[in-house]
Amino acid sequence: MGKSRSGTDEPFETSGYLHVLALLGGTAMGISRRVLATLGSISLLLSETFGGILCGVFVPGVRLGREALLTQMVRVGIKAIPIVIMIQLAIGMILPLQMFPKLDEFGQAEQIATINGIAAFRELGPLMTAVILSGFAGASIAAELGTMVVAEEIEALEALALNPVRFLVVPRLLATIVMMVLLTVIADVVMVLGGFLTSLRLGIDADVFYLLSREAVDLMGFGTGLIKAGVFGLLVGLIACYLGLAVKPWQGSDGVGKATTHTVVYSIVAIIGADAIFTVIFYSYGLFK
Amino acid sequence: MPDYTNTSEPVIQVRSVIKSFGDQRVLDGIDLDVMPGEIMVVMGGSGCGKSTLLRHMIGSIVPDSGSVKLFGREITTLSEQEMNEIRKKFGILFQSGALINSLTVGENVALPLREHTHLDEKTIEIMIKIKLELVSLRIHADKMPAQLSGGMKKRAGLARAIALDPQILFYDEPSAGLDPVTSAQIDQLIIDLTRKLHVTSVVVTHEMDSAFSIADRMCMLDKGKVLKIGMRQEFETLRDTPAENLTSDQDKLIRQFLRGDADGPLSRRKADSDYEEDLLRV
Repeated sequence: MGKSRSGTDEPFETSGYLHVLALLGGTAMGISRRVLATLGSISLLLSETFGGILCGVFVPGVRLGREALLTQMVRVGIKAIPIVIMIQLAIGMILPLQMFPKLDEFGQAEQIATINGIAAFRELGPLMTAVILSGFAGASIAAELGTMVVAEEIEALEALALNPVRFLVVPRLLATIVMMVLLTVIADVVMVLGGFLTSLRLGIDADVFYLLSREAVDLMGFGTGLIKAGVFGLLVGLIACYLGLAVKPWQGSDGVGKATTHTVVYSIVAIIGADAIFTVIFYSYGLFK
Repeated sequence: MPDYTNTSEPVIQVRSVIKSFGDQRVLDGIDLDVMPGEIMVVMGGSGCGKSTLLRHMIGSIVPDSGSVKLFGREITTLSEQEMNEIRKKFGILFQSGALINSLTVGENVALPLREHTHLDEKTIEIMIKIKLELVSLRIHADKMPAQLSGGMKKRAGLARAIALDPQILFYDEPSAGLDPVTSAQIDQLIIDLTRKLHVTSVVVTHEMDSAFSIADRMCMLDKGKVLKIGMRQEFETLRDTPAENLTSDQDKLIRQFLRGDADGPLSRRKADSDYEEDLLRV
């Protein structure tokens, strides 16, 4: 037997189910090796980016590129405002509507305000914004950087003694983090507003809704939501920049397409994973009542 | 004019550079000197390693073994920061121009000036105008790269390459994909810039018309090896000698490439493979 598909050079002198096991093990090893290598390069990119940010802020004479940052913030965030509002308004209207019949059975119909408020600030505000941005900004950043690689633009930057990380990744990553947090604030408020519209329709008193919402939303819920949003932004931006720059010039449009798809898929997986970890941490430290 | 006196040091010195990608040896012991002020044309067929050689000279690829010196300094062992200091002293025109598509032509030219010099905005504006005028693109400064034709993109890329007044200019296939007139204009531009700005130029190309019209010296690569380095006149003589008068196979091969003949040792090499055997094996 020659080289196994997983890339290990050990020939397997086995038969039957042992052979299958060996093959599975080899594949798993190959995959885990690749995952480790990728994680390594991503952390390298991350440290280089933060180095770039610190340099831009503290070293005189090194430009952080304020215009580039503004451009990216508009592109990543401002343009996503309508779609964030639309989706969060819809979710804010749907969720209470789904909860209403059951709660009404127990005579607790007005509690939809509580449920909606907690869901918005702790969970769905940051989460939905991150999912939207992974498609809206992540995909476009990956496609843009990938195309720049294919068009020799990245090589040209390096040849001009300009560091692509400082020049391209820093403004994009910063913009994604900042705009994710700001958009989450909008998303939180809009979702509560959506719940309010539904509850009016369901005959719940506006004052009661307001009071219960105020009670449901505490600073802790709001704050932890924003922290999550910041980390989600970091994940989306980092994955998009990494996969975009990882395109090889000879891969052409095929490579760009794959980078874009992978960005969206991996971003969403990373966001959900991070969300789960955050929830465990927050509850095990008793931050939520 | 190029300086061929014995006392002058080569600006670029490539010594026994070897580079493999996977198990394919792309450069197999390359030696090349480029003298100050000359236009050196590196030519060869597709896949002969000429682009790889260029990428070694600009420090974007590190050789497996061998040495590359720019301005007398070994660049294969430099750190990224030290290399960046050297990079500011040469300019490159990429095959497609490689302009940053999100910036205007003027901003592209301004990019190295804004990042690497402390000039004020007004001076930079003037510099942009001067550099763009050299390539006759001054009136197009505010256009986006997408609005330019292929030839204009290359000229804009050239304006950016000379923004920091480099001492060496590298050209990667400057006439590829251009019509004959535009291609001739780029050739003229290469000659003018080299003479006016007193830079050293290295041109990688497979377009023979263009090569003969610009070269001071030429270097022919084949299968990762240098076949011949010499003055342009030597190559012209070789090109114009009838094939019967040539004795060495190497000369015949070079002659075929220079003339662009369909028939010759280069074509036979392709046909030499075990075609019949391969067919019979089916």
